[in-house]
Amino acid sequence: MDFYLSAILQGLCLSAMAFGMFISMKIFNIPDISTDGTYTLGGVISGFFISQSYNGFAILGLVILGGGLAGAVTGFIHTKLKVNALLAGILVMTALYSINLTILGQSNLPLINYQTLFTAYNIFQNPILNTFFIVGFLVLILLITISYLLKSDFGLAMRATGSSQTMIRALGVNTDAMKIIGLAIANALTAFSGYFMTQLQGFADINMGIGIVIVGLGSVIIGETLITYFKITNIANILFTVVGGAIVFQLVLAFALSLGVNPNLLKLITAAFVLLIVGLPRFLSKKSE
Amino acid sequence: MIELQNLNKIYNGGLANQVIAIQNLSLTIHKNDFVVIVGANGSGKSTLLNLISGNVMPTNGKICIDNKEVTRLPDFKRSLAIARVFQNPYSGTAADLSILDNFRLAALRTQSKTLKIGVNPNFKNKVAKQVAQLGMGLEDKLDQQMGSLSGGQRQALTLLMAVMDDLKILLLDEPTAALDPRSAWVVMQLANQLTQQFKLCTILITHNLKEAFTQGNRIIQMAEGKIIKDLDTNFKNKLTQNEIFNWFS
Repeated sequence: MDFYLSAILQGLCLSAMAFGMFISMKIFNIPDISTDGTYTLGGVISGFFISQSYNGFAILGLVILGGGLAGAVTGFIHTKLKVNALLAGILVMTALYSINLTILGQSNLPLINYQTLFTAYNIFQNPILNTFFIVGFLVLILLITISYLLKSDFGLAMRATGSSQTMIRALGVNTDAMKIIGLAIANALTAFSGYFMTQLQGFADINMGIGIVIVGLGSVIIGETLITYFKITNIANILFTVVGGAIVFQLVLAFALSLGVNPNLLKLITAAFVLLIVGLPRFLSKKSE
Repeated sequence: MIELQNLNKIYNGGLANQVIAIQNLSLTIHKNDFVVIVGANGSGKSTLLNLISGNVMPTNGKICIDNKEVTRLPDFKRSLAIARVFQNPYSGTAADLSILDNFRLAALRTQSKTLKIGVNPNFKNKVAKQVAQLGMGLEDKLDQQMGSLSGGQRQALTLLMAVMDDLKILLLDEPTAALDPRSAWVVMQLANQLTQQFKLCTILITHNLKEAFTQGNRIIQMAEGKIIKDLDTNFKNKLTQNEIFNWFS
């Protein structure tokens, strides 16, 4: 049971990144590969400053700042230098590998004896329940903040930028600036997940972000399936399904592991699973035509 | 209101595939003018409109709007005075947003989009009243996604959205080209009504000679990036539809 519980907890931790992917993919229609790098960036910033015994919320501020800056760089390369979004993301992701390694100083930093967000605040005696509460609380705050943002006039302009660029430029919005801000927000959220995961696992690792963009993508797509199925239009509910998507995704991976699948094959299974959920609906609808 | 001086627009300058889209063009359009621009494909009509809206920057020349030079000002900054209706009925509205959200953004065309939540019952009532005058029954469907509406409905809404905020210049780039005759009629009626009601300076590009004949108080014919005919009200009123037709032969 604990096995699935920790999968749900991981899903909750990754839902911040899923929010980020929702913003970059679904709102701006930009496939943002820099996610792999900014997730690790969030992780290594957390790891380094936890090992220096900084306050957990001060570290969170730095994580959000770092992720936001990296996302803004991707946005700048894409909009101002007119580089294809995929390439812009790959460039930033590659550059971040060196930056992450420099921050961490080593490829893996264990944090066993340091105080983390989950040990600093003891609301419940049970450590798992305690972690659940803290992560759940922060994710809820994120969800409320993002849904407010997307309902505001600024958020409407963000959504219109992804929907009809011609229209929103004619209505006085600088779409380049909008995309840069949007990618900054998305990557700040991704780094937030790195911050969670480092503390959940108790270590920061230079390779922790490999393939994480696929996990985010899969979570958003599962969420989207739920959105279409239940005909959800309310922004807050849409974000809830994105959290649901992130949790379902981790549960599926946990299920695969419980069947005795070699953990070395986990990335292969992840990719295959995402391919399945991306490809299957289209494959089926083609057949019925 | 709009002043163009010695405007040139050359694409791929100096290359083998160089195109001179606008050639040494000067034009003054006054307040309350409703100008119709006709011309064959490639005559530079759309480029002219894009130069005025700021979607295309001139190679050289000068553009003034409301006595202010805007030659190098990007499109999203010129929206303070200008609203556009596009040839593609889907370009003027955001399909993924509700009708109400689209109107909210239009109501902020000249203002900054802040973190305030502006879609409230008060605003909804205001939009419902505006939309009701179309007689399309859309006032009860304001929460519906824009993407679920027809091209004609979206084009009419784009026009209404234009006057949600302070407006001086309305640019209509073949707004009825993709519409059925009935929708086209509704859209043109609305354009006329709004131009008079809000005392706008309107520029209409059209290939529809009946429209060119019935709309506006001034008609301009373009060819090869130049203005070859420019008739004001007195002359335009004497024109017959046949004469305009003969311009193209």
